[in-house]
Amino acid sequence: AALNDGLRSQVSAALKEGRVAPTELCQRCLALIKSTKFLNAYITVAEETALKQAEESEERYKRGQPLSILDGIPIAVKDNFNTAGIETTCASNMLKGYISPYNATVVQKLLDQGAVLLGKTNLDEFAMGSGSTDGVFGPVRNPWSYSKQYKEKSVPKSHSEDEESNWVITGGSSGGSAAAVSSFTCFAALGSDTGGSTRNPAAHCGVVGLKPTYGLISRHGLIPLVNSMDVPGILTRCVDDAAVLLGSLAGHDPKDSTTIQDDFKPFELPNLTDVSKLSIGIPKEYHAPGLSSEILALWSKAADLFKNAGAKVVEVSLPHTPYSIVCYHVLCTAEVASNMARFDGLEYGHRSDVKDSTESMYAATRREGFNDVVRGRILSGNYFLLKQNYEKYFVKAQKVRRLIANDFVKVFRSGVDILLTPTTLSDAAPYTEFIQEDNRTRSAQDDILTQAANMAGLPAISVPTALSERGLPVGLQFIGRSFQEKQLLTVAKWFEKQVQFPVIQLEEVKRHDSDVFQHQKSASFS
Amino acid sequence: QRVSVEVLEHLEHLALVDFRDAEGVERLQKAIQFADQLHEVNTDGVEPMDSVLEDRCLYLREDDVTEGNCTKELLENAREKVEEYFVAPPGNIPLPKLEERETFLQGS
Repeated sequence: AALNDGLRSQVSAALKEGRVAPTELCQRCLALIKSTKFLNAYITVAEETALKQAEESEERYKRGQPLSILDGIPIAVKDNFNTAGIETTCASNMLKGYISPYNATVVQKLLDQGAVLLGKTNLDEFAMGSGSTDGVFGPVRNPWSYSKQYKEKSVPKSHSEDEESNWVITGGSSGGSAAAVSSFTCFAALGSDTGGSTRNPAAHCGVVGLKPTYGLISRHGLIPLVNSMDVPGILTRCVDDAAVLLGSLAGHDPKDSTTIQDDFKPFELPNLTDVSKLSIGIPKEYHAPGLSSEILALWSKAADLFKNAGAKVVEVSLPHTPYSIVCYHVLCTAEVASNMARFDGLEYGHRSDVKDSTESMYAATRREGFNDVVRGRILSGNYFLLKQNYEKYFVKAQKVRRLIANDFVKVFRSGVDILLTPTTLSDAAPYTEFIQEDNRTRSAQDDILTQAANMAGLPAISVPTALSERGLPVGLQFIGRSFQEKQLLTVAKWFEKQVQFPVIQLEEVKRHDSDVFQHQKSASFS
Repeated sequence: QRVSVEVLEHLEHLALVDFRDAEGVERLQKAIQFADQLHEVNTDGVEPMDSVLEDRCLYLREDDVTEGNCTKELLENAREKVEEYFVAPPGNIPLPKLEERETFLQGS
């Protein structure tokens, strides 16, 4: 089996038929992780435990008793999910060395189904950011920076210029997970999505990024950013695989009371051939300022694709879209201010040596543990929550949130089944360019097309569509009705088949100096 | 309207996080300016939304003990402990006043 095979169609079959062994698959992935270390996609590689899981899987296959379609499949998990016995850092000094005593529900579900957990992936510190550039372990590099497709299109600025300075970002904050899937080091990865953190890097890295409906997948064990918007995200190389992952993760969790109690039935996606009964909505406000003409053209082309295939394609309006970022800014910082209060050094995580008083110990711990971005959001959040500001900002934002959610309700009620929008404003920026602006500005710009779906709790998916003029991936987004993932993914799968997005052609990679990536580490636990 | 030093200091106390430097304060100023755009939206008669699942009943489980007895695991991650206690420095001592603290705000 090739590392770029789809789960359902190829790899699982290969495992079942004994054409490839789980240990072999695991070893190949681990070797690839080592040779792509310069991407900095992984914070922790759990080599020993992964190999052990692979061995156990192999035993099960020999007995003809695989636990599920995921048995033996190598998976990576974003480092803001708790994993028992494996360090969970959230790319922050605050949790460096923190070893969780429990598994997040989604991690437990994957392990219970026999998946092989390769390691924890890199992110922006505490998932705050849209570049995967602001974590303490350094930025993640987009694998496409090293692709034939990108290199062919880049004009070397000078004779001595190295590809070192040319590399592009993955987007964020689940950049490590997206890079891991994109570079074939795993078959699927978990991310998180609060403002677009799964869909944004998926679009930049040419992979499928699914944000499920809020309440479908358990958040228990996902270190929270914004409790009312966070969801675990799924990153895979094709839509069918996303459906498989969704099937194994969705459903009520007694440990997360915000998961709905309805029965969830895993589904296989039909091969849609007739789209004539479909109504696709094109929200005009998503033609946002700053949208590149290239992406605008692709979006238009996609709409025509549906139209020519017989679907009804209509322009719709979501009038409060321009306010979703401002609304998010207030609600996010407010919830962050509350959620980050748990980090005081007393029970876990970093603890300062200051001993004068509890308050001064807390203050010093947080001063030492959090980066500027996190501290900035905590302070802003506290400002908006001050008694004199509460109504004016926090409650006001909650009202605007309802207006945003209602916009979607109205559109879906008018007969539209699915919305089609761009995922990002442009293709991935070079790192040197991206860091010119600060985190908040970047997040405000980059989240504009993805954020509203989190406000309204709706399911959304980014599907790789085409390569840009620079040879980099561009994704388009589909937004569906609440809990209608089957319809959403069916349409996404049809679209994926039509566009035939090219496979990344990773060049023979040069060995990079290890001191460039001094933060990368391999973990083995006895 | 710039945020007063009193409010900045108050925020540092509430958040137990410091502004660190002029950039930190500027960051807050910009954040407030950005948030002010909210007031352009007419929200008369609109109820605040806490959760997208507001129309559903929250799941309540039976009041039975189903897990626990994990003292050892929970204590493992704490740096300072004595027997089965987390150890904290003395409480009820407020942070020093602005003049006595080492904070950037002193210069304001």
